[in-house]
Amino acid sequence: MIVFLTTLVIAVVGAAVGFGLVYTGKKFHVEVDERETAVRECLPGNNCGACGFAGCDAMAAAIVSGAAPVNGCPVGGAPVASRIAQIMGTMADVKERNVAFVQCKGSCKVTRNQGNYIGVQDCRTAVLSGLTVTECSYGCLGFGSCVVACPHDAIHVRDGVSVVDPRKCIGCGLCAKACPRKLIVLIPESRHVAVQCSNRDKGPIVKKVCSAGCIGCGMCQRTCEHDAIRVTDNLACVAYENCVQCGACAEKCPVKVITLPLGQVKKNIPA
Amino acid sequence: MNNTFRGGIHPETHKSLTRDLPLRPVEAKGEMVFPLLQHIGKPALPLVKKGDAVLVGQRIGEADGFVSAHVISSVSGKVKAVEKRRVQNGQMTECVVIENDGSYTSLEPYDSRYDVSHITGEEILRRIRDAGIIGLGGAGFPTHVKLSPKDPSAIRFLIANGSECEPYLTCTDQLMRTESAAIVEGLELMLRLFPNARGVICIEDNKPEAIAAMQAAVAGRQKLSVLPCKAKYGQGGEKMLIETVAGIFYPASMLPADVGCIVQNVCTIYAIERAVVYHEPLYRHVFTLTGDTVASPGNFIVRDGMSFAELLEAAGGLKEGACPRKAIVGGPVMGMAISSLSVPIQKTSSGVALVSVDESEVGQSKMTACLRCGRCATVCPVGLTPQMMADAVSVGDLERYEKKLYGLECLACGCCGFICPAKRPLVQMFLSAKAEILSRKRAQAGGKK
Repeated sequence: MIVFLTTLVIAVVGAAVGFGLVYTGKKFHVEVDERETAVRECLPGNNCGACGFAGCDAMAAAIVSGAAPVNGCPVGGAPVASRIAQIMGTMADVKERNVAFVQCKGSCKVTRNQGNYIGVQDCRTAVLSGLTVTECSYGCLGFGSCVVACPHDAIHVRDGVSVVDPRKCIGCGLCAKACPRKLIVLIPESRHVAVQCSNRDKGPIVKKVCSAGCIGCGMCQRTCEHDAIRVTDNLACVAYENCVQCGACAEKCPVKVITLPLGQVKKNIPA
Repeated sequence: MNNTFRGGIHPETHKSLTRDLPLRPVEAKGEMVFPLLQHIGKPALPLVKKGDAVLVGQRIGEADGFVSAHVISSVSGKVKAVEKRRVQNGQMTECVVIENDGSYTSLEPYDSRYDVSHITGEEILRRIRDAGIIGLGGAGFPTHVKLSPKDPSAIRFLIANGSECEPYLTCTDQLMRTESAAIVEGLELMLRLFPNARGVICIEDNKPEAIAAMQAAVAGRQKLSVLPCKAKYGQGGEKMLIETVAGIFYPASMLPADVGCIVQNVCTIYAIERAVVYHEPLYRHVFTLTGDTVASPGNFIVRDGMSFAELLEAAGGLKEGACPRKAIVGGPVMGMAISSLSVPIQKTSSGVALVSVDESEVGQSKMTACLRCGRCATVCPVGLTPQMMADAVSVGDLERYEKKLYGLECLACGCCGFICPAKRPLVQMFLSAKAEILSRKRAQAGGKK
């Protein structure tokens, strides 16, 4: 008898729950565009927020709804963009991956600290103290606010100045936002001609505070045949739309503050 | 004595170095630098250009809008440049650079009294604004703005701040001893703007000579009184003075005028008297040069625009073989260290201490984890809980810092950091947290637009 009763109760409860599930499943069904799931699977999934959306899920939804371009993920770059374009049935206008670049080479060998700053070892806090901290008032402070901000361990303070490891960098730009001196910029991965200085003072003043700084002599501007590097405000600035990466400017630079093109720079990256 | 506020600390004052030394005028020699932003508000617009000749007392920067202040030349000479220079706060600021010709030719002699018996309130405010007067206590808020509250009749207390609670500084003390009559006259002129106000001069009880001088000067005047306060660091803060005098405590969202009080430093009041009675604009002020590395410390009347290095040289330089570890402008607790002595003295610079031992360095070497002793909470004049705020900042929980712990109320007075036995850099953490919160708020407000 008891066996029969137990079976019956379980059967009834099972049936009730089953119908309930089917009903609620139908009633509360949410239409999900299957493309969104597919797009989400293509995205890297590290939720860095570099695209400007809250994370990869939000980005996928934005791509499907048309609010974001198919190549909007700066981390995934060309391969991800082309896969997403396939799903969306459009052509991806392939955008190159960006890499962070520190516009300062003021290591302990070439410049010094000043003002005897003591306190919280954080760049943004140090700037609030009113001390210049480093002799160069434009240069890297070396307390590593960018290091803390980086989600991919791609930036480190070496010898008093932040250095980016381009192989690890995903180009999310969080370090650039964290830097109180605005030294970090994002440049396309294949572009290796860049000026490693942000000092806008006149040459003699720069010489006094840092032996590696850009003195604004204009040698690069005169050397360049493509009008791709110009000195404004005593600081050289590369115009990437014209640059062919011949490296002539870097060779001629008397203070060697311009980084060299591809082949040569790759060798310099420490393992 | 009951005339005090809750909390506060008793640091070594080091005032004996200079407290009895009379004010001495110093004349500047070389290049003078006048930052166009010495006040809170918009920077002044330059009125002169390279090559122009200027005189003492001439306006060289025009206030840009209401919350701004004029900049006045303190010497006669030629304008050398209008360019960016590094100033006291470490920033590069647009400055007028004047080559001093050493003759000090003045626009007016500034030594004859004008009749002020029938002067109107508007006239007083106009004179103050024309003289480029800003709060000389350190913050540099334009004085004419502070003296123009929405409802002047609601002001009950006009508080003259002569507490000078920062260690090392003694120039205000000396000013009160020598110019007590002028300060009282300035205070009475200000009282004409506020029909229902009483003037209270607050002086810490470690300055008996100044108290006696001011008491003698106010004798027989109905609306004025001198209030000796307990000598304790923190007394010179606006909030603490209002708590002492009026017994009112107000949150950071309110202004002193909202609770019927206006606080002015006695140096500012002296400048007001000079401006209204003698038509003299603000181009010189009192200044304490002190510290254990200075050969002859003292109280000086300095001209704006001269560099700290020049003043040091004029005063006799450093002691033989002494090497200052840090130079702190405006009192060592709330003041700022400067990176170089070549920056100009500006209106708000009240003194510089050149010290051989850097306390923050000593402190950091002894830093340990928080002991949870709670001493920081007992000295906080605002009644905050610094140990919990520091926890919130160190884990990056700025939401909790702002909403639960009222971190934006922090005055950065430094009491908690001073008393902390674990030598935690509390104030610095709070300052950076506040800056971060405010910048996020600004970004949000910008995003909405």
